[in-house]
Amino acid sequence: MDAWAGASIVGIGELKPERRTEGVTTLEILARVSRLAALDAGVEPGEIDGLLVGPQVGETPQHVPATVAEYLGLKPTMANVVDLGGASGPGMIWRAAAAIASGMCETVLCVLGNHRNPEAPRSPNRNPIREFDVPFGASGANISYALLMQAHMASYGSTAEDFALIAAAERANAQRNPNAIFYGKPASVADILASPMVASPLHLLEIVMPVAGGEAVIVRSAKGAGKGRNKPVRLLGAGEKVTHRAVSQAPSLTSGPLKPSMERAFAQAGLAARDMSLLSLYDCYTIMVATTIEDAGLAPPGEFGAFLRDAGLGPDGQYPLNTHGGQLGFGQPDLAGGMTHVVEAVRQLRADAAGRQIRNATTALVTGNGATMSEAVALVLGAEA
Amino acid sequence: MTDLSGLRTPGPTIIALTEPFWKGGEEGHLMIQRCRSCGRVVFYPRAICPHCWSEDLAWEQASGRGRLKSFSEVHKPGHPGWLPVTPYVVGLVELEEGPTMLSHVLAAGRPPKVGDTLVMEPTDIGGRILPAFRLE
Ligand SMILES: [Zn+2]
Repeated sequence: MDAWAGASIVGIGELKPERRTEGVTTLEILARVSRLAALDAGVEPGEIDGLLVGPQVGETPQHVPATVAEYLGLKPTMANVVDLGGASGPGMIWRAAAAIASGMCETVLCVLGNHRNPEAPRSPNRNPIREFDVPFGASGANISYALLMQAHMASYGSTAEDFALIAAAERANAQRNPNAIFYGKPASVADILASPMVASPLHLLEIVMPVAGGEAVIVRSAKGAGKGRNKPVRLLGAGEKVTHRAVSQAPSLTSGPLKPSMERAFAQAGLAARDMSLLSLYDCYTIMVATTIEDAGLAPPGEFGAFLRDAGLGPDGQYPLNTHGGQLGFGQPDLAGGMTHVVEAVRQLRADAAGRQIRNATTALVTGNGATMSEAVALVLGAEA
Repeated sequence: MTDLSGLRTPGPTIIALTEPFWKGGEEGHLMIQRCRSCGRVVFYPRAICPHCWSEDLAWEQASGRGRLKSFSEVHKPGHPGWLPVTPYVVGLVELEEGPTMLSHVLAAGRPPKVGDTLVMEPTDIGGRILPAFRLE
C-alpha cells in the first residue's frame, strides 16, 4: 500500500549560496528559485495549486503564504507555513504528498530561501529559552550543540578526531560541487582540529557557514508526475517527531527524535538504512551527523567513529554521505539548508549529479533537524523503477 | 573568582508566573514547581504540569544540588555582553529532584567534568542575583 498515492518530486531549484546579499529581499530569492524549479519540472505557474513556505522572521511576520502566493502570481487551493527549523524542507515534502493524496491539490511548490544582509535584527523573543538560558550565558545554537557533543564524548569516549572526520569527509565531497561555498577549499582532519574553539568541544570548522540562498522542490500527484521533463522521484516513507525546544528539556542528549522518525520512514518504505544509496543527513554540526548515524542503526551507540573510518563517504564509497558537501561544505542558507539534502537526493536519484554521481543510485535517506535535536523529519526517497 | 557583576548581559524576562523562581534564587533558594496531581517536579515553571496537564502546581524549595550532565567552555559567546569573561562555562544541571536546568558554572580551580556534583550559588551576573552553580 502506498500512503502517499504515488506523489513524487518532479522538479528542483537551487541558488548558488552567497555570503552577502545587500538590499535583496527574501521574496526575490523565493521567486528566482521557484522559477528554476518550475523550469526544471516543466510545470507552468498556473498548474501550481499548492504552496508551502517557511517563516520569514523580520520580513513578513504574518500572512506569509498569501504574501508569497501574491508575489508569484499563484492562487493555491492549499497554502501553509512549515516551521520546523532545519526540518522544514523535508517536512514540506510529506505534507505536500499528504495534501495531494487527500485531493486538496495536484502540484505543490515547496520553497525556502533567505537573504543575508548585515545587522540582522535580534529577535524580540519572549520565550523560555530567552528567560532561562540566555541570562546564564547560553545564547545561540553553537553552545547547545556543544553540550550535546560533550555529552556524547563523556558517555562513549568518542574523540575530537572522530567528529572531525565528518567535517573533513563533507569538505572532500564539496570539492566536486562547484556551487559549494567551500569548493576549492578542502580541509583535513588536522585543519579542523586546528580551527578555533568556539564552544568546547566544538571547533569552528565543525559549524556550518551561514549564507544566503534558496531551494525549491515541486511535488506532484501520480497522475501529473509522468508528464514532466524528469524521471519522478518517489516518496517511499516519512516520519516526523518533535520533542522539545530548549536543550535543557531534551529527553536525551545522545539520541534524538530522528530515531523514531527514521524507523517510521524505513518501515513505511520496507527498507533499512544499510540499503540506502545515499545518506543525505542534516549536518548543522558534526555532532548531528554522528548522532544520526547511530540513531539510524548504522553504528551502535557511541561507535560512529569506527563506522566513518570503514564506510567510504564519497560518491564511490559504500555509504555516500552528503555528496553535495552537506551544509558543512555547501553553506547553510538558513532554513533552506535543510532542503539542500532533499535537492541533492533528487539529483542523485535522477542520475543528474554530474561529477559526483553515485552509480545505480536507487534510494536515499534524507533527514531534517531543527532547534537542538528537537524537530525531526526523515524521508526515504526512491528512483522511479 | 571572576566578577560577573559588571557585565552588560541580558537578564531574565520575568513574568508573574516565573517570579517565585527568580526571587527565590536571589534569596539563595532554588524554587521549583511540583504537581499536586501526579507528584512530578516541573522545570522551567509553567502554567500547567507538562506530564498530566493539571493546573495544581505548588512551589517548593529544591535541594540546590545537582549533577553536571554536560557543559561547554564558551570562547565565542552568542551575546557580546559575555565577551569580557571568556572563556566561561555553562552547563546542564540535572537537579536532585529530577528535571534539568541550564545554568552558569562558576570558575573553579579545575575544569569541570561530566558527572561532577554542583551546588547552587546565588551570583551577581550583570547586576542581578541569579542561581548559578559551583563545583562541590
Ligand atoms: Zn502532573
